[in-house]
Amino acid sequence: MSDQTSQGLWQLSIDLPSERGANRQVTDELLNQLGAYGWQPADVFAVHLAVEEAIVNAIVHGNKLDASKKVHVECEVSADRVRVAITDEGPGFDPASVPDCTAEERLEAPSGRGVMLMRSFMTSIEYNAAGNAVVLEKVRGPADS
Amino acid sequence: MPTHKRIDVSKVGDVTVVKFVDRKILDEAGIQELGAELFSLVEHDNRRSILVSFDNVDFLSSAALGKLITLDRKVKSVQGRLKMCNIRPEILEVFQITKLNKVFDIRGEEAEAISAF
Repeated sequence: MSDQTSQGLWQLSIDLPSERGANRQVTDELLNQLGAYGWQPADVFAVHLAVEEAIVNAIVHGNKLDASKKVHVECEVSADRVRVAITDEGPGFDPASVPDCTAEERLEAPSGRGVMLMRSFMTSIEYNAAGNAVVLEKVRGPADS
Repeated sequence: MPTHKRIDVSKVGDVTVVKFVDRKILDEAGIQELGAELFSLVEHDNRRSILVSFDNVDFLSSAALGKLITLDRKVKSVQGRLKMCNIRPEILEVFQITKLNKVFDIRGEEAEAISAF
């Protein structure tokens, strides 16, 4: 893991093993940094939820818990913006193919809500063309800056 | 009386009140245990009026939502009643985004929820 702070920007780059719970340390460190930069609890919750869902998706659905594959995570935090890029070594997926979990017939499905929650809680989320990398960004709103 | 690791269970009148032990519900193994303990209330203990209180909970992942949905189904399948209360605003927002607020019977404080059974 490499981790540095310069000119008001904290950055971290790390490769995670494809095992459940492997993201705990990086997530905790990211949340600590958000707190240190003065982000409000509601925004910290939002980033936590989105990053948790994205990394778990990469480990479980992308790399399928394959011990020979890594999940690469890059984080940047400043006082007004957070950016997290997550890349797995799986074949990728088409995010547009994920069914709408709020459709009447899907409301009670036990899974399939992660991508919608990421989109709702972040300012932007973008997948690459292959669908094995996602960039999550949140810009701090004027109400709490 | 079964021993629970992930939930605290008490009774208020006929209502079984369930509280979560963990403030953050995100660990996969913990969520599996949580699900098993919640489902056993219905399937083995025959509880029919269940109030799930979130007053200890700061965070939960979408995997935990799946367990709550399955619990709701199990309770409804035996003509029981499930309500939820004491949900912090950020988690309530999760329920609203996913429209689970239309599936679950969500109340405010515990006393209000119990009186609604």
